[in-house]
Amino acid sequence: MPHINLPEGLPGIRGLMAYSPGTAKALNALAEVLLREENSLSRSERELIATYVSSQNDCLYCQSVHGAVASFYLEDDGKLIDQVKKDYQQAPVSDKMKALLSIAGSVQKGGKEVTPEQIEDARNMGATDKEIHDTVLIAAAFCMFNRYVDGLATWAPSDPQLYRERSATLAQIGYAGSNPYK
Amino acid sequence: MAHIQVPEGVPGIRSLVMYRPDTGKPLYELAGALLRGDSTLSEAERELIATYVSRLNSCLFCMSSHAAAARYLFKDEKGIVDVVLEDYESAPISAKLKSLLSIAGSVQQDARTVTPEIVAKARSLGATDREIHDTVLIAATFCMFNRYVDGLASFTPTDPKAYEEMGKRMVEKGYVLPTPQTGI
Repeated sequence: MPHINLPEGLPGIRGLMAYSPGTAKALNALAEVLLREENSLSRSERELIATYVSSQNDCLYCQSVHGAVASFYLEDDGKLIDQVKKDYQQAPVSDKMKALLSIAGSVQKGGKEVTPEQIEDARNMGATDKEIHDTVLIAAAFCMFNRYVDGLATWAPSDPQLYRERSATLAQIGYAGSNPYK
Repeated sequence: MAHIQVPEGVPGIRSLVMYRPDTGKPLYELAGALLRGDSTLSEAERELIATYVSRLNSCLFCMSSHAAAARYLFKDEKGIVDVVLEDYESAPISAKLKSLLSIAGSVQQDARTVTPEIVAKARSLGATDREIHDTVLIAATFCMFNRYVDGLASFTPTDPKAYEEMGKRMVEKGYVLPTPQTGI
């Protein structure tokens, strides 16, 4: 049961967005820019970073939703997502993505864990400053979203189908336009 | 030196939001809503929660700047900030605020360690749902800001005087996105 009285039947961050629309607006605007707006990293790559960090934070709701959104874009049955979560070094993603996932993993542990060597490595694989910036901020933002969702003990459905349905909606309308009740 | 090419000489998060204003805008709006918006928690109390979490994350820039804002808001009682950073249990603050700081500390560590017991304790000391919500979100938000600022190795001034001025500006002007022209 959630720690505070949230609108019933809305899982994860949706209950929190309905409870606190003022902060939800900024949070959704941030997610929209980071995960959907024009970028040299594809939407699926950015969702993959979000999913990986949420999995490292063991946040069931966030890793399920964003994993489903990434799968939706990739037309994947979820296998790639599982591989990335389990061991991204062995997953069929680009070397640049592996370098960025390694930076994201360090950010998840703590900002100071990111080393100049990791940045150098990413740059050698073709990552731009903006891609490095966005990777760090996506990872940091999910350290926030995960804590928000789990720190208030929100409800995370166990049925994967619910996440698949939600991911189709999110892929279509995005975060800024999303309605927690629909 | 920062990991990426951000404006030189501009400290911490300001250099990052100047580098990427598109993400800076919602970040500053979030900070403004949480730390300056209408709330039954005072601005000083909310800055204190932000400062405490930043200290737990060892983010010197965020800790020093928000501590400076909290000192400016506490005025004659600004010494409270240093006691809280040392050991909040012994600080001259309300029992309710202590229970909220304990929740914030759990959020920083691992959100799943926020137990029904510590929430019940805060409630028994008068904390409302809204105050508990805001405490969790402030703590979570600073786990983001701290990682953003340190994850890109942004410039962290060491002169306490620099933070004093920042704190004053954060209180008097609020969280206003810097523009490239007036960045420093």
